[in-house]
Amino acid sequence: MAWTGKILRVDLTAGTCTLEPLNMQWAGDYLGQRGLATKYLMSEIDPKVDPLSPDNKMIMATGPLTGTSASTGGRYSVITKGELTGAIACSNSGGFFGNEMKNAGWDMIIFEGKSDKLVYLLIENDQATLMDAAEYKGASCWDTEEGIKSKHGDQFIRVASIGGAGENGVKYACIINDMDRAAGRSGVGTVMGSKNLKAVAIRGTLGVKVKDREKFAVAVAAGKKVLADNPVTGQGLPTYGTQVLMNVINESGALPTRNHKDIQFEDAHDISGEAMHEPRKSDGKPNLVSNAACFACTIACQRVSTIDRTHYTVKDRPEYHKASGGLEYEAAWSLGAACGVNDLDALTFANFLCNEHGIDPITFGATLAAAMELYEMGVINDETTGGVKLTFGSAEALTTLVEQTCKSEGFGVELGLGSKRLCEKYGKPELSMGVKGQEFPAYDGRGIQGIGLAYATSNRGACHLRGYTIASEILGIPVKTDPLETEGKAGLVKAFQDATAAFDSAGICIFSSFAWTLDDVAPQIDAACEGDWSADRLLELGERIWNMERQFNLQAGFTGADDTLPARLLKDAATTGPAKGKVSGLETMLPEYYELRGWSQDGVPTAETLSRFGL
Amino acid sequence: MQKSLHISADDCTGCYQCVLACSDAHGHDFNPVKSVIQVFRFEDEGRDVPYTCTQCDEAWCQKSCPTDAISVDANGAKVVSEALCVGCKVCTIACPFGTINYNADSGKVIKCDLCGGDPACVKACPTSAITFVHSDTAQFNKMRDWAGKTDAGSQQST
Ligand code: SF4
Ligand code: SF4
Repeated sequence: MAWTGKILRVDLTAGTCTLEPLNMQWAGDYLGQRGLATKYLMSEIDPKVDPLSPDNKMIMATGPLTGTSASTGGRYSVITKGELTGAIACSNSGGFFGNEMKNAGWDMIIFEGKSDKLVYLLIENDQATLMDAAEYKGASCWDTEEGIKSKHGDQFIRVASIGGAGENGVKYACIINDMDRAAGRSGVGTVMGSKNLKAVAIRGTLGVKVKDREKFAVAVAAGKKVLADNPVTGQGLPTYGTQVLMNVINESGALPTRNHKDIQFEDAHDISGEAMHEPRKSDGKPNLVSNAACFACTIACQRVSTIDRTHYTVKDRPEYHKASGGLEYEAAWSLGAACGVNDLDALTFANFLCNEHGIDPITFGATLAAAMELYEMGVINDETTGGVKLTFGSAEALTTLVEQTCKSEGFGVELGLGSKRLCEKYGKPELSMGVKGQEFPAYDGRGIQGIGLAYATSNRGACHLRGYTIASEILGIPVKTDPLETEGKAGLVKAFQDATAAFDSAGICIFSSFAWTLDDVAPQIDAACEGDWSADRLLELGERIWNMERQFNLQAGFTGADDTLPARLLKDAATTGPAKGKVSGLETMLPEYYELRGWSQDGVPTAETLSRFGL
Repeated sequence: MQKSLHISADDCTGCYQCVLACSDAHGHDFNPVKSVIQVFRFEDEGRDVPYTCTQCDEAWCQKSCPTDAISVDANGAKVVSEALCVGCKVCTIACPFGTINYNADSGKVIKCDLCGGDPACVKACPTSAITFVHSDTAQFNKMRDWAGKTDAGSQQST
């Protein structure tokens, strides 16, 4: 119940698909999705494996609430060893694909080996077949999705695919489902490409069962009410999406600008959620067409946007005149403030291309920002860039290079390396703004101290979604803490990280946690799943998952020394805003964090901690 | 007083809560294909449109059924008798709107039955895109919206 109890194992080398029962004891200890799939991955691969070798595996996993009516219950994750980072990767996506997988009867799909030719996996309930994908070679995610649907004559097939970027080894390729939903970070699409797997196409019509229908209906209704009554999930996110944050974070003095040289962007308003509502001059229509929901989600944060048809990017390209997935905050920041670009239409165009071809806009924008700094320093020049003037603020540089990167052309090939490899190549590793090889998202660790610690300790490299302390430090959820203060942040980060690991393992969206605590989630899981599920059990499970992921990274070769931030955040004080004069206080927070985690001073879980979680 | 489902696509986010509630309420677990309300996403326009049976007064499905398996209940809903339905699917061909469908699991057809007068989709919808309103006044709110935009004195009807 709630779990289907079935795993599909796809051996791409042998070309076989086999059914396996789910390990229900592990399901009790790791719940599903992020936790459970990581448990499988750890028990099946050597963490030292080359992420692109056939020995790496890639797991698509749903959670027990995926496919049910629990609000936001449509999520799935991709778990593998990430190519961008070499660390554990777990990228979560919404849309409708996760439900389709669950409705076809699968908790998880484990991909192993490597196909000798490009294939896609077609699943119709219990029938799984590897199909030749030669006709989609080099095709974008959009064309692949549409092509597969029309080939099989079924518009309701849900498709998750990689674009040419994933096939060509761009280090931060994502997997796109439902046209604009992404398992976005850490290069999970690059791993998929290395296996010669172009797409997974699913039609599921078996139904998802819960343990106690009536109890579940009551728990779901209560959860929906909490989301509706909360100002963030009930109003802010539906109206502005995550873009509700652009002006807020800028005013807090924590909006990284021009590769983190500044932490306020003078043109933040032009690329904000509010600006997306404003009528544009040419046709009087706003950028934003509507908001939309992922499967079962009563928040509906998704942006659906159009580009001004007179804008230079699309005036001769009518294929981009239709509505598509609009800017979320992280993308608006990375493509905008990080590069100093204030042209909303250029950002929207770049975002469309990231979705169409399957690259992570956060890492792309941050890498371009690093390249712009290299260019302004004279480390690279017009010869390196093929004549593109990489000055901060140039919309043309952004839109030219996003296309080159998506298509692995020109200087885009080098941008496809990600900022760490790019900056190392040009002898300036300190200009890469990230942790463990993954670029920061849209908050600066000087202006918001807790998030700096969350980045440094995140198991998948710099990431806001592993411990979103912004909720507390900026929005006051569940309680307001001072963003400039380091005291108490170690505990805050740990609490967010552990709870998040449980949310991510349940099949629901982390944005529900703006309103829900584990006390809201537990009754839904308890009514849906075998066993007794309390908030305490979920929190313990979250901490177990965190420690397991840590073990993976340590075994992969990371050490406590990797739990750090770039010198820019540790040494260069903020020059404007509320954080003026501040650097990140990481060195005071980190030892306390290790202690609270039950880890040694070097960041290694003690034997006692491991045994406490049965690891 | 007879009530009808009233759907306002402009308010729909495409969340499928109505679809899930429908499938669950009719004993099909959470299974979107078994829902008799469907929501269609028109990606290129950024629109989601819910669609279901409008309970025609002179119902094509009912008229076409050779076994008289479709009758009108106290709420005006055209309901299918599982006992009488032989699964011939003639009604699914007769219905111009596609809102009555064959269910391969049961071998019978399924359609909206207004849940006996308390539709599950209405209760599940987070945006009130689906409401259950008095049939005679179902469009009055729309009229009111337009009235608010019009100078009533200058309205001209011919
Ligand atoms: S909150 Fe947004 S991202 Fe999360 S499930 Fe809902 S629509 Fe999707
Ligand atoms: S529940 Fe309401 S908002 Fe959601 S899909 Fe149905 S009609 Fe649309």
